[in-house]
Amino acid sequence: MNKQPGTSGLIFNEPLLWDKSREGRCAVSLPKPDVERADLEKDLIGDAPELPQLSELDVVRHYTRLSQWNFGVDSGMYPLGSCTMKYNPKTNEVQAARQGFAGAHPFAGEEFSQGALKLMYNLEQYLAKLTGFDAVTLQPAAGAHGELAGMLMIHAYHAKMGKQRSKIIIPDTAHGTNPASASLCGYDSINIKSGDNGILEPLAVAAVMDEETAGIMVTNPNTLGLFESNIKEIADIVHSKGGLVYGDGANMNAIMGIVKPGEIGVDVLHFNLHKTFSTPHGGGGPGSGPVAVGKTLEPFLPVPRIVKELDSYKLVTDFSDTMGRLHTFYGHFGVMIRAYAYILSMGGKGLTDASKLAVLNANYVKESLKGTLNLPYDYPCMHECVFNDEFQKEYHITTMDMAKRLLDYGFHPPTVYFPLVVDSAFMVEPTETESKEDIDQFISAVKAIAKEAQENPEKLKKAPHKTKVTRLDEVAAARKPCLRG
Amino acid sequence: MRYLPHTKEDIESMLKVAGQSCLDDLFNCIPDDLKTKDSLDIPESLSEWELNAHMEELASLNIACKDYKCFIGAGSYDHYIPAIIPYLISRSEFMTAYTPYQPEVSQGTLQGIYEFQTMITELLGMDIATASHYDCGTALAEAALIALRKNKNANKIAVSSLTHPSHRQIIDTYISPAGYEIVEIPYTKEGLTDVGALGAMDDIAGIAVQSPNFFGNIEDLSSFKTVAEAKKILFIASFTEALAFGLLKNPGSFGADLVAGEGQSLGIAKSFGGPGLGLLAGTQKLMRSLPGRLIGKTKDANGDDGFVLTLATREQHIRREKASSNICSNNGLNAMTAAVYLATVGKIGIREIAQQNHDKAVYLKTSLEKAGFESVFETPFFNEFVMKAPVSFEQKRTALINDKCIFAGMRLDKFYPGLKNHYLFCATEKISKGDIDQLAKEVQE
Repeated sequence: MNKQPGTSGLIFNEPLLWDKSREGRCAVSLPKPDVERADLEKDLIGDAPELPQLSELDVVRHYTRLSQWNFGVDSGMYPLGSCTMKYNPKTNEVQAARQGFAGAHPFAGEEFSQGALKLMYNLEQYLAKLTGFDAVTLQPAAGAHGELAGMLMIHAYHAKMGKQRSKIIIPDTAHGTNPASASLCGYDSINIKSGDNGILEPLAVAAVMDEETAGIMVTNPNTLGLFESNIKEIADIVHSKGGLVYGDGANMNAIMGIVKPGEIGVDVLHFNLHKTFSTPHGGGGPGSGPVAVGKTLEPFLPVPRIVKELDSYKLVTDFSDTMGRLHTFYGHFGVMIRAYAYILSMGGKGLTDASKLAVLNANYVKESLKGTLNLPYDYPCMHECVFNDEFQKEYHITTMDMAKRLLDYGFHPPTVYFPLVVDSAFMVEPTETESKEDIDQFISAVKAIAKEAQENPEKLKKAPHKTKVTRLDEVAAARKPCLRG
Repeated sequence: MRYLPHTKEDIESMLKVAGQSCLDDLFNCIPDDLKTKDSLDIPESLSEWELNAHMEELASLNIACKDYKCFIGAGSYDHYIPAIIPYLISRSEFMTAYTPYQPEVSQGTLQGIYEFQTMITELLGMDIATASHYDCGTALAEAALIALRKNKNANKIAVSSLTHPSHRQIIDTYISPAGYEIVEIPYTKEGLTDVGALGAMDDIAGIAVQSPNFFGNIEDLSSFKTVAEAKKILFIASFTEALAFGLLKNPGSFGADLVAGEGQSLGIAKSFGGPGLGLLAGTQKLMRSLPGRLIGKTKDANGDDGFVLTLATREQHIRREKASSNICSNNGLNAMTAAVYLATVGKIGIREIAQQNHDKAVYLKTSLEKAGFESVFETPFFNEFVMKAPVSFEQKRTALINDKCIFAGMRLDKFYPGLKNHYLFCATEKISKGDIDQLAKEVQE
């Protein structure tokens, strides 16, 4: 076995920006005024904001040092469950930076923005074909925003049908954004438990589905990494009572080219371009959360919509049943460019291969680690698998301790303490872009940590040891919040 | 495919461990009737150079060529982006990281966003700034929801008719499913929100006014604060041009309870309208009502300073249906970009850039008047203003785009049907005197 990637080396301390500030410095060369100074009335003018005053090298060094305290996909394996931290291709950045795209003004006019509109139209088509739906909106700015769009469409649909409903069914494996999105539409969440095998049982849905219920929100594959194989039967139950099925597409990376949600009873599905379609997560966005719908919900899509007429593309707002508008312009176009470049680089076959290899990697991790960590749901998984700390309890070692110790080995920890349906979950999603060697290193790191848990538990409790800071006091941070310097 | 590392041998040996004989068997847990029968109808993969050619062809269909002149703002501004900004922000440690859930290996993002929060509070004169929203429109909708939740006896929100038209639509989309309504405050002949109209408005939970407003005019925010105080409701200020506060009094100085704004001007490319940067700031009193991420300072086990995501108990992953918002991913990298921009221009730079925006806009307005355009409002503005154009202008405007790559103003009648032949113009520091003189010459009657 090769050496583990985690090591320590020289990194730099760096103060807060304003501690470096010196009166009179400026890191931008200002253009010389070429028109007369036009003074505004004095009572409209404020003091110049007290921003730091730095030279260009001050700024460059500051942010270079800060960046070195971060872990990214380019630094190492990032098996964060449900987040699909795959490699972010560099050519995507080149494409998004083209002057014709980056410089395009949103109000330049349709006839002068045909390239942007054509790209968006094509991307909508590809996403629809990938999932078996009829129409797509690219407007939502993130996954949760896409969920909101989907729920608002369901809400608009029931309003159009003449009777609004009051509830929505949400399984216990759902992301927290699901109930939060539903409550923005005024729907009460009806939580149902998944069965002993980790998937939804049609009976449980039938027991709560009624004509006051707007529908169900299903993540498939679910957050245990299991495929909801009763989905069609569940959809039939919901449809028979006049409800609709919302598909959370956060885990789409497992099923490209294998399952098309639009063909199996799902009415509306959101995508996360920053998960499945390789766009960088940016330390917390910007993402993009397109939404695909079937014929039932198409009239309710947000506006403007892109319409192709002969060979030209138009932005059309004139749809009387639309749910409204969700973004000032057309959504996160810069993110769409990257996802479009990814789809074209992969091709249809490449996307299908990606899903197969993502599932292979996850099953390989599951089988390799299941004697080391407890696996509460031991079934063939999709793109991720969920362990917990049951085996380590006798040494008083928690999921958190193991996660922190993984940092010392040079791996980003998996998602921890989610999904809530598994106590102290340790949720691994390797993604397809990790090689067997890197995954083997991760597996051996987890095994080494499990051994340390028995032999030297203190080492885990104090981990991480090699990072710039050690465990941070989150309780103190929340008790007396200090949110500005 | 260069992103997929598996060799044939890797696949075979991994399948063996997984207890399957071929890749397709990995999907045996999916019933056959749920699997799709057709392969994906998506084109074959392109090599990088084929991709480059295709993308450049699309990009060149947009008339945003290297030397185009942009006299349009309306929520997306053509400011100069110093070279160090894209250079620093493309560092993959920033770009390829997730939300900083593991603070020990995310201190770069965390300190950077803490500094961002600090600089935004300084720019806006507010106590607290969140770590970002999607854009101004969505931040403003969240602010409206805060006001409505705080004031349970009212179910309307008063919004200036000179708030960006898209923002008004977004607010409506966000609040109407829960049974709330938006009422628009009309505008006066000076191109300002009619504060007098508020007196007759009942049942309102908050007042939202944009300044500089959609016409570019600077509102007297103190008059709205006075009304809000008398009605005991929240006053929300919004803006689309963040650089205005390099020169103008900030919204905090007028007593705004909440501020929603667009930060695209702070070093972020226009990129056909997104991603931009939603800013949401509030007073200390509203700290726990603010939706979205917040970064706080704390200590580590050794007593050293460090930063963490904090006050998560407001958020959806803890509170689920009781969360103040469903927001999860925000526009973090653009917040970092804005921070780098603010650190780069600094106190001296932001003042001078803001002043130059105003100077150029005043010169542009004077030049257009000389060229036969009519000034519509005699109200102070920052870098945007409304002009009534000669009837022949629309044709000329299209020709100017096609022939000279000059985007001369934006038609207002699409948003305000009464304003035929009215155009919204913008000038930023990127526009030179020569550009303005050329435009004036081209449009001269």
